[in-house]
Amino acid sequence: MPVEAPPGDAQELEDTTEVATLGLEHQAERAKARQGFLLGLPTIVYLLIFFVAPLGFVVAYSFATRTSTGRTELRDFNLDAYARLGDDIIMTVAWRSLWMAVLATLICLVLAYPLAYFISTRSPAVRNMLLVAVMIPFWSNFLIRTYAWRVLLDSDGLVTQGLELLGLGDGRILFTSNAVILGLVYGYLPFMVLPLYAAIERVDWSLVEGARDLYASGWAAFRRVVWPLSRPGVIAGSMLVFVPSFGAYVTPAILGGNKEGLLGSYIVLQFLSARNGPVGSAVSVVVLGVMLVSTLIYFRAGGKNL
Amino acid sequence: MNGTTNGQGPAVELAGVVKRFGDRSGTEVTAVDHIDLTITDGEFFSLLGPSGCGKTTTLRMVAGLELPTAGSIRIHGEEMGLRPPNKRPVNTVFQSYALFPHMTVAANVGFGLEMRKVPASERKDLIDWAIDLVEMGSMAHRKPTQLSGGQQQRVALARALVNRPEVLLLDEPLGALDLKLRQQMQFELKNLQREVGITFVYVTHDQEEAVTMSDRIGVMHEGRLLQVDTPEAIYERPTTRFVADFIGQTNFLEATVASGEEVVLANGDRLRLSSDQPAGSSVAVTVRPERLTVHRRGEAPTDRHCVEGRVETVTYLGNAVVYGIGVDWMHLEVRCPATLAGDRRDVGDDVTVSFEPDHAAVVTG
Repeated sequence: MPVEAPPGDAQELEDTTEVATLGLEHQAERAKARQGFLLGLPTIVYLLIFFVAPLGFVVAYSFATRTSTGRTELRDFNLDAYARLGDDIIMTVAWRSLWMAVLATLICLVLAYPLAYFISTRSPAVRNMLLVAVMIPFWSNFLIRTYAWRVLLDSDGLVTQGLELLGLGDGRILFTSNAVILGLVYGYLPFMVLPLYAAIERVDWSLVEGARDLYASGWAAFRRVVWPLSRPGVIAGSMLVFVPSFGAYVTPAILGGNKEGLLGSYIVLQFLSARNGPVGSAVSVVVLGVMLVSTLIYFRAGGKNL
Repeated sequence: MNGTTNGQGPAVELAGVVKRFGDRSGTEVTAVDHIDLTITDGEFFSLLGPSGCGKTTTLRMVAGLELPTAGSIRIHGEEMGLRPPNKRPVNTVFQSYALFPHMTVAANVGFGLEMRKVPASERKDLIDWAIDLVEMGSMAHRKPTQLSGGQQQRVALARALVNRPEVLLLDEPLGALDLKLRQQMQFELKNLQREVGITFVYVTHDQEEAVTMSDRIGVMHEGRLLQVDTPEAIYERPTTRFVADFIGQTNFLEATVASGEEVVLANGDRLRLSSDQPAGSSVAVTVRPERLTVHRRGEAPTDRHCVEGRVETVTYLGNAVVYGIGVDWMHLEVRCPATLAGDRRDVGDDVTVSFEPDHAAVVTG
């Protein structure tokens, strides 16, 4: 430093400027964070009131006490409700729900993969048209569409009559587990098609050519290249079908007739008819847990890029 | 066994091969227009041309990734016809490499062997051989995304060569590499080809690449094969204006054919040059800039052909000087080895440009 520099003065000025800048910087950062929080606030409040709080109630209820009159009281927290989860009836219902969800997911996968493959290999114009077609069912209400199946599956409905004409079936589809599976597959098929399409469409076609060039038959090229590379879509689609199928309520209620109860209707039964809030809550918590674990598996498997 | 031939006849033989692509509106584009071509065993053959000239389509037809509209494609005498790519004795190195991203380098290289059901014990040795061949031994367990462009290129090469194809097809394999790496790979590719003795068919739009590596070059333009010859002949004796212009820089002197042995330049000068064009047809005489010499006016030797002109531009390139010379009926470019500044012609100098008739060629088109 030159000796002629005014002693102290300049140095001091420099220091204060630096300190001031540092402070401003922190203030600016804090203001920015506050701004982001304020922007998110309405939604955060909404979610707290209508999502987090009810969820908390469910969890709390599952440890609560049921009085002899069937009221749920938030005292003497215990694990009684969870102890009941091993009951035969609950296990039967749970296994049936799991089986139905797995079956619906597999059927969706088998139906959706060829369709998604077909769509993703069309020209862009045709592709968009077909994608819109896949999404058309969403334009009308899920409940209404499910009721429509009731008409079709009725003993004198179109589907039943048609099957009978072909010599298939005995005219009893509605209010069976087949009807529930059919309803689930129908309702959730688009959720399988769309992620599969997104995944297959992303596969680089030159890789297939590369495989064919390296002596792979068409089938081998699919099995070794397209299928593994579209796996994120398979996982995403399966999640999107499995999770809502596992806890389905509307479809089994309308098409299954509740003769063979599933978890969704069992929970409703506990709350409304059996007046056993704690057991209903405990089952809900477990179902939530299963879904959470499935979702974690999905993220672990690299499905986050969807 | 699938994917081999009995080895008779030339490596690749195309006869009257046509490929038309039709679009939805019914208009047809002829990508490849009646190509006849014979590539001999062990040759490094390049298909050279600007983008869209049909060279890649031609290669893809040999690979079976595209089917010809008409014509015959034979490999070692065997008609490939509509044979699917997996049943042809060729392998391709793709421009994008097309490495399988979900497999390791070793699995990529072993893919073709696996598909051909080569026993696992043999497979391992072959994979090691191929990976060593391209000096990627330490990377065998990496995924392609963990490799640089040049390394991916080597893996793509190993993946094809490990199958010992009868013909290796390369579709602009160096296109994605930077200049320095590209030059190094050109050298390595040529050595590799000599080492393995496999017929290479190499597609490129880079004339320098084609000239340095190839035994022979086929120049393509608008779906047609214009000239097939050694790099030297293509450079020194082009037969069409397009070929002369595409390979390196050149001067065109407009001319008319006088007879089979003589052409008349636009200024009336007669030049003894043979041509297969009928008398009276208009052609051009092409002379490379480095085949021209600049002299002070009147100092040109009499045994060379001379044209008088004036220096319009002088460009110093370090190792060479390029003169732009205005002749009253055209403009010539002359490239001379760099001389010291005192020995250079200046803008405005009256000069004589000379060349040996041997260094000129008659081109059509």
